[in-house]
Amino acid sequence: MPTQATVMPDAKFLKQMDDKIKVNVNLCFQCRKCSAGCPMAYAMDYTPAQLIHAIRLGLKDIVINSKTMWMCSSCQTCTTRCPQEVDIARVMDTVKILAVAEGIKPPVSSVHTFNKAALRNIKWLGRMYELGMIGDLKMRTFEFFKDMGLGMKMFMKGKLKIIPSVSPGRTLTTWKIFSRSAKKDRSN
Amino acid sequence: MNTKYAYYPGCSLHSTGAEYDVSFKKVAGKLGVELAEVPGWVCCGTSPAHSASHLLSIALPVKNLSLVETMAKDVVVPCAACYSRFKFATYEMGHDNKLAEDVKEVIGSSFQNKVKVLHPLEIFAQIPPDALKAQVKENHKDKALKVVCYYGCLLTRPPKVMQFDDVEYPMTMDKVLENTGYQILDWSYKTDCCGASFALSETDAVLTLTQKILKNAKEVGADAIAVACPLCHANLDTRQTDINAKYNTDYNIPIYYFTQLMGLAFGYSPKEMGVNKHLTEATMNV
Ligand code: SF4
Ligand code: SF4
Repeated sequence: MPTQATVMPDAKFLKQMDDKIKVNVNLCFQCRKCSAGCPMAYAMDYTPAQLIHAIRLGLKDIVINSKTMWMCSSCQTCTTRCPQEVDIARVMDTVKILAVAEGIKPPVSSVHTFNKAALRNIKWLGRMYELGMIGDLKMRTFEFFKDMGLGMKMFMKGKLKIIPSVSPGRTLTTWKIFSRSAKKDRSN
Repeated sequence: MNTKYAYYPGCSLHSTGAEYDVSFKKVAGKLGVELAEVPGWVCCGTSPAHSASHLLSIALPVKNLSLVETMAKDVVVPCAACYSRFKFATYEMGHDNKLAEDVKEVIGSSFQNKVKVLHPLEIFAQIPPDALKAQVKENHKDKALKVVCYYGCLLTRPPKVMQFDDVEYPMTMDKVLENTGYQILDWSYKTDCCGASFALSETDAVLTLTQKILKNAKEVGADAIAVACPLCHANLDTRQTDINAKYNTDYNIPIYYFTQLMGLAFGYSPKEMGVNKHLTEATMNV
């Protein structure tokens, strides 16, 4: 007989989620409509409904180590269709943020690496500089040849600029917004 | 009708979606819509921001909206991803007082939340059909072009925030393009997700999702897909070779920004509409 893992609901985690999510996951009655319509469910380890259920049970380990929220494309289908008005897409974001705060190495590292590269780009340049971001991404993922051909084609079509659009005023603006909101996030 | 708007192009329309920028501006000009780019605008933060901090994801668009407020105009936002972030920002600022206070502190400005956020489709939908038809050139070659309209996920969802047309079956783009002289086909993938921001990180997901969209477009007999978002355009246009290799298919469906199709009907050349920038080249004689 396969051994079954014993799960210990984590009360502190439940409280953490309650404080941060601002969505009442307890309204979920497990109709699974969110999962039925989720275009990314095929690539997740737990369906959106299962993840919501795991949160309700306080199964912190399962939740923060899941692939599910990293494979969520934020398409808002679940949130739109939930008969109980649970904002599942918002829950996905919150779980990502919590997992990172807990120091989890995201199981879908490509998404997290991309997000970090994009945010660095916005913070320091004020606007997205695609070529710079792709360079940054390649330095961190070591996937130097992935999409090289496509990149070249786009470049030839004038879709990627060589020179970033930089303005000191704008950089200062985004830099301030990033630092201040990080500070607020820490104190909240 | 208000015909002067603040214009927020967002990062994509200045780079990967340059043809959307060009075609939108030309078509707007032709229809008497004046656009003034928001000076000093910054990136809206898109998916990476809301995956990292809720506060940051609202503060960035609100910073832009506060710049718009000084222009005393409503703002038009062509990228569906930016449009979604702007709408979320106005919604949240009106519904969460604590957050609203934090955001104002973070951006260091008082913000009234009075600006209306519009997508170009909403502006063109307000123009009387006859005025649109009046601009269509007699010899417009592609009246026979069969088009399916792809709205993607973010324009309509979630409806309480977006308040844009019917959530599962929008018709705004269908009507605008129909009035511009195209044959619009009915299909099932209007609002399905294309993989959005996974373009560079989880490319395989994009291939899986866009393949279904292209398949349905082909099944109903479409010659082209019209889009209203640079992310949708990139995912559908640039990945057809990869899709063909992975699924053993032969998709070669041109993906147009709906503004490009409008411009072509109004007599602009494909080059003027930036059609030459597409990776899946248009083989029909537009
Ligand atoms: S759709 Fe809503 S109620 Fe149904 S399972 Fe999903 S979260 Fe629960
Ligand atoms: S927002 Fe995420 S979880 Fe919800 S349907 Fe879309 S991909 Fe699935």
